[in-house]
Amino acid sequence: MADVAVAPEAPHRLMTPDVMEPPRINLNIDWSQVDLDSVVLPPGEDCGIKSDDEEEEEEVLETDTGFGNVIVVDNLPIVAIEKFDKLEGVIRKIFGQIGVICEDGLWMPKDENGKTKGYAFIEYNTPQEAQTAREQTNGYKLDRSHVFVVNMFDDFDKYMKVPDEWVPPESKPYTPGENLLAWLTDERGRDQFVVRFGAETEVYWNDARQGKPDPVYHRTFWTESFVQWSPLGTYLATIHRQGAAVWGGEKTFNRLMRYIHPQVKLIDFSPGEKFMVTYSSHEPSNPRDTQRVTLNVFDVRSGKVLREFKGSADDFATGGTGGVAGVSWPVFRWGGGREDKYFARIGKNAISVYETETMGLLDKKSLKVDNVLDFSWSPTEPLLSLFVPEGGGGNQPARVSLVSIPSREELRQKNLFSVSDCKMYWQSSGEYLAVKVDRYTKTKKSTYTGFELFRIKERDIPIEVLELENKNDKIVAFAWEPKGHRFAIIHGDGPRPDITFYSMRSPNNVGRVTKLTTLKGKQANALYWSPIGRFCVLAGLKAYNGQLEFYNVDELETMATAEHFMATDVDWDPTGRFVSTSVTSVHQMENGFNIWSFNGKLLYRLSRDRFFQFLWRPRPPTLLTAEDEMEIAKNLRKYSKKYEVEDAEANIAMSTQDIEHHRKLIDEWKDWLSQWKNLYEEEAEQRMELRDGEPSDEEEDYEAEEVEVEEIINIEEEVVGYGFEQVD
Amino acid sequence: MRPILLKGHERPLTFLKYNRDGDLLFSCAKDHTPTVWYAHNGERLGTYRGHNGAVWCCDVSRDTTRLITGSADQSVKLWDCETGVQLHSFNFDSPARAVSFAEGDKLVVITTDPFMEQQSAIHVKNIEGDRSKQNSDSVLTITGPQGRINRVLWGPLNKTLISAGEDGTIRIWDAETGKCLKESDPDTGHQKVITSMSKSADGSHFITGSHDKSAKLWDTRTLTLLKTYVTERPVNAAAISPLLDHVVIGGGQEASQVTMSDRRAGKFEAKFFHKIFEEEIGGVKGHFGPINALAFNPDGRSFVSGGEDGYVRLHHFDADYFHIKM
Repeated sequence: MADVAVAPEAPHRLMTPDVMEPPRINLNIDWSQVDLDSVVLPPGEDCGIKSDDEEEEEEVLETDTGFGNVIVVDNLPIVAIEKFDKLEGVIRKIFGQIGVICEDGLWMPKDENGKTKGYAFIEYNTPQEAQTAREQTNGYKLDRSHVFVVNMFDDFDKYMKVPDEWVPPESKPYTPGENLLAWLTDERGRDQFVVRFGAETEVYWNDARQGKPDPVYHRTFWTESFVQWSPLGTYLATIHRQGAAVWGGEKTFNRLMRYIHPQVKLIDFSPGEKFMVTYSSHEPSNPRDTQRVTLNVFDVRSGKVLREFKGSADDFATGGTGGVAGVSWPVFRWGGGREDKYFARIGKNAISVYETETMGLLDKKSLKVDNVLDFSWSPTEPLLSLFVPEGGGGNQPARVSLVSIPSREELRQKNLFSVSDCKMYWQSSGEYLAVKVDRYTKTKKSTYTGFELFRIKERDIPIEVLELENKNDKIVAFAWEPKGHRFAIIHGDGPRPDITFYSMRSPNNVGRVTKLTTLKGKQANALYWSPIGRFCVLAGLKAYNGQLEFYNVDELETMATAEHFMATDVDWDPTGRFVSTSVTSVHQMENGFNIWSFNGKLLYRLSRDRFFQFLWRPRPPTLLTAEDEMEIAKNLRKYSKKYEVEDAEANIAMSTQDIEHHRKLIDEWKDWLSQWKNLYEEEAEQRMELRDGEPSDEEEDYEAEEVEVEEIINIEEEVVGYGFEQVD
Repeated sequence: MRPILLKGHERPLTFLKYNRDGDLLFSCAKDHTPTVWYAHNGERLGTYRGHNGAVWCCDVSRDTTRLITGSADQSVKLWDCETGVQLHSFNFDSPARAVSFAEGDKLVVITTDPFMEQQSAIHVKNIEGDRSKQNSDSVLTITGPQGRINRVLWGPLNKTLISAGEDGTIRIWDAETGKCLKESDPDTGHQKVITSMSKSADGSHFITGSHDKSAKLWDTRTLTLLKTYVTERPVNAAAISPLLDHVVIGGGQEASQVTMSDRRAGKFEAKFFHKIFEEEIGGVKGHFGPINALAFNPDGRSFVSGGEDGYVRLHHFDADYFHIKM
């Protein structure tokens, strides 16, 4: 008995959360949540460990011991030989319900006196049955003093290896990490991007000068679903069945950390990339139950789980009553800018704001807002904007309000009437908030759209209302100029919508929104501002087949129009110098991407079958102050000179390289051809024979023929003066 | 470069062939009548009536007296070029796919499709100078490769036969014994069905086009892969310029997909590549269906393309074409 008594305790010892263990051990963490001594499990209950079984089963099948279908039952009554048959009958009854016990599959060892030893081995037909038996009978109460402890036979070795004495984990000596920001020190200031196609994932430098991408790293089957850069570009995250992993470093992409979360589906980084949220959902065992959802908040650098959220999918669905079904990602929205101080999620009649310092609810309670439907954070400060729809059958107006965190003080509120829907758009530096409001017309049969513009940084937060000139226009797209004061709207009713640019601060009209221009009848349905502002790509995706217009908003002129046939995605590089357009595998053909300069010149293209993702590697914000940047802009000529010289040199080097390459190819070809010629001439005789003596191969057919060729070189008409013009 | 449109076929084109002098152009289509045209102005000279199925391939003798055509009506017919009189008909038990005259025009090689119980096969037949002596006896029959054999050519001095087809493998056979001498490397070779194959003017190398979206250039003797030209669409036809170091490649989206997508998605362009540098030079648009056949005039100053759309487009190159700098 003593030898196996260790077993139930073993899982507790293994549960040292700060040790990164391979996923197999993961089971035991769950397992440990069941307090074996106290829990009584009725058959059929799975005590919450169901979720990992599928994984475990696969591994059990792979075991080479062949004992995957054997379980060990402990804490049986110790009986004398007379009662042996009776006990066997009881055990057979209990364990026979769950699966078919093999012939001679029940073995109860006896000591020399014929007494049982208090444990038994049971062999099932299949490992699955054994698994189920372990789950259902572990903790089974035979009577007060005999509570079964059931384990897989295969697990015993593992538990036996646990030392009796706890040894403190060895602390590893500190090894300096790699420079994770090395990619920013590229001599030529190039940007990186990652592409995923087929089973391949490749990272490239965007080398516009050479007109082709420069490979950095390549790996097959790197991820099982997608890849994602962290918001500052330090890490590249990959998704696997066991969890997520991040990669980065100086030269090659080494694995920096793993985040264990079985069946992870989605991940999200905090803006300062200190934290990562992972999400998984599991199909319930009973189809009438809702999906189970697990969310983990990890510390990115240590890989530790800081907080775990579990619940049914309904708990995490956005919006109060009448909200859209299903979980909308990200569940947690990060606030407070790059300090990663707060994260929040919307619940029924409440917004729960969490502090990252304690990983707990801010002030231990949620923000109560009846019927709240949507919220968003200011990108730079801890400021929430939230939208509450009309309530009480239209008696209570809908409202948008701004709430400051952590004080929970409502800074501004605006009531809105007969609203059907609201969408909030923050400008990237948090200076403005635009709220797109869809209102019902008087008949309630249709809706029209207006905008409420909040000036956050001004005193009392003034609100301005912007209505479209044509009330029937639908809003196709809205976008703020990053770091700027302008925004653009695509609006219209027909197939060729109009695009209007507005400014919140035009020079002659500081406090009011002014219309800059309207471009009529464009084939566009999406707006992509350059990350540094000023330039905007007006793109016609989907139905418009990839029309592109590169627009300069400062000069209000079109720089170029182009087309990337069937394009599905448009992305600016983080510096605003290049634009990528890609056709992803939603289409069967044309898969691949194009790289354009900011002013619409096609630099190069690459086609790849089954193209899934194109992602520019983000850059952290500049360390220069606004004044420094101004200074550089002023003296741009001085700085650019250096690069122009480099460009010119590179161009010369490249063309000589090209010529060299071509010359080599030609030489190779000529070599090959001359070999052939020799053989060909040797065979000339035989060829003639084959042709009944018709002479040589080429020349014989040419008969001298004189042909007169007349070519008109030029026709000129000249008015010839007669020489008696009037002379004054 | 304004093309001349030759509208004489009612069904998709399958094959185009210039005679040695380059003054006549022979065209085959899925309608049953091979047609001969004046190569300089595209005027129709005549047709060869007698086939009862799609005509897949043709070849013309060196002195332009004999034309041979292979058809899906399970026959290969020998014609008098000038009069259009049928001289002989070789009958088979399955559709004929490719035909090719040997050096000296005394032998012809014919491939037949797998059909009913029949395996695909390569047949070599005698061509008699005297019409009355002509018979249908095979000199050699080769079986073995799986699937259709879409193209067959003679190697140097009629010593070898080169075949390519649905299995994507190019094979060189001994023309005497029928033994397989060489096979193309499955890794570097074509990955999908080979649709076309044509020799260079001197027979030193040949080009193959495949549905794997590439065309490849091979050494006729050693079957060494010399060059690869990659395009965006399945390749149905490829030809080598006899004058400049250019190759032309045509094809496009599968015909069954054409109506389901935008016209620009098809890429029904004849693409010119530099033969040695493997770089794209340019393209000639115009067809509104995939290109099935391409041929260069032996003088290298014009080329024709035939499409699924039933048109033959005859292009005479502009002067600029001869001065393209790479």
